[in-house]
Amino acid sequence: MPVIRVQDRIAELAPGEELEAICTDPGVMHDIPAWCRINGHEILEAREAGGEYRILIRVGAP
Amino acid sequence: MQRKAVALVSGGLDSMLAVKVIQEQGIHVEGINFFTGFCVEGHTHAIRKRDQKKPKRNNALWVAERLGIKLHIIDIVEEYKEVVFNPKYGYGAHLNPCLDCKIFMVKKAKAWMETHGFDFIITGEVVGQRPKSQRRDTMPVVQRDSGIGDRLLRPLCAKNLPPTLPEREGWVDREKLYDFSGRSRKPQMALARKYGIEDYAQPAGGCCFLTDEQYSVKLQDLWRARGRKQYEMDDIMLLKVGRHIRPAPEFKLIVSREEGEGNFLQGYRGRYPSLKTVSHAGPLALIDGTPDEAQLALAARIVARYSQGKNAPEVELEYREPQGATRRMKVAPLPPHELVREWIL
Repeated sequence: MPVIRVQDRIAELAPGEELEAICTDPGVMHDIPAWCRINGHEILEAREAGGEYRILIRVGAP
Repeated sequence: MQRKAVALVSGGLDSMLAVKVIQEQGIHVEGINFFTGFCVEGHTHAIRKRDQKKPKRNNALWVAERLGIKLHIIDIVEEYKEVVFNPKYGYGAHLNPCLDCKIFMVKKAKAWMETHGFDFIITGEVVGQRPKSQRRDTMPVVQRDSGIGDRLLRPLCAKNLPPTLPEREGWVDREKLYDFSGRSRKPQMALARKYGIEDYAQPAGGCCFLTDEQYSVKLQDLWRARGRKQYEMDDIMLLKVGRHIRPAPEFKLIVSREEGEGNFLQGYRGRYPSLKTVSHAGPLALIDGTPDEAQLALAARIVARYSQGKNAPEVELEYREPQGATRRMKVAPLPPHELVREWIL
């Protein structure tokens, strides 16, 4: 599940660092931004191209 | 000192209300959602075009956002297998090990609670609402077998149960908890209205594929074909998609029913042999197992039967090995009366 992978990866990063998630599941365009909003991370960019969904996240304060 | 509760958040109305009730008492609440692999979630709806109007959202995330709480999603796919294979308290109507599942989840939540310095656990359970896991005689079993004891508070039905530690210690006011019971949803709906909650996921039992009869039939077939209870993540994902047809013990077909499913199955062509009609528009089918040449011809005839060439004398298909080697096959589509009903899972 992509949102779990993002959650676990972000747990290893410091505030201010960036993470790009590249996914094939269209549901991520809703789930990952929602997860980021409730956990205080910032979505810098979310786009779809060629069947891939790319979401760029800036890690927020814990 | 502000007390902290961790809530089991499924994404349904009951857990949403349970959180709200406890938040109203000034308790800090965070949510846990367990990913078993059997969850009915937005991504499943996203696969099928006919389901495009259904929300693609993950309901647990959506609920957490509405409530303003953090949500921790925990992958329990591997550990959960033991619950599915050998439930101590048995299955429900299908392959749903509801009581064992609840015990397992509360046990995991207890470990999380202790690691993160939280005080107690809340759930949206209601006495008498579910035939197995939410009965007056089984709810104490969850407390006992999970080891959580009286640090498990069920705010929606607490007044029907003995006071828990958070109530006795005065962390929460028992008088402001509820006494819901039984299968009626009216009290929850009334409470939702009181809180101004109008949009919520359809409640009760709909969040797990193991409660679904057809899904359970397909999972049992998988176990029978493999000679033991076993599954991987791909298996249980594929059971959610397409027509599953087993013409022989050696193999089954997973046939896409529409474009969305075809796109999804496309991603598995590197792991399974596949058949695709080329002379006519038609489905993509994965082959799970090892059919011999005659069985492969039968498989091609079945797939052709679901194509636009179903009434044509001959349909051409491409058979593709997982490594990429392909060959063409020409077959007569299987007439409907030759498609044995028992083959369709």
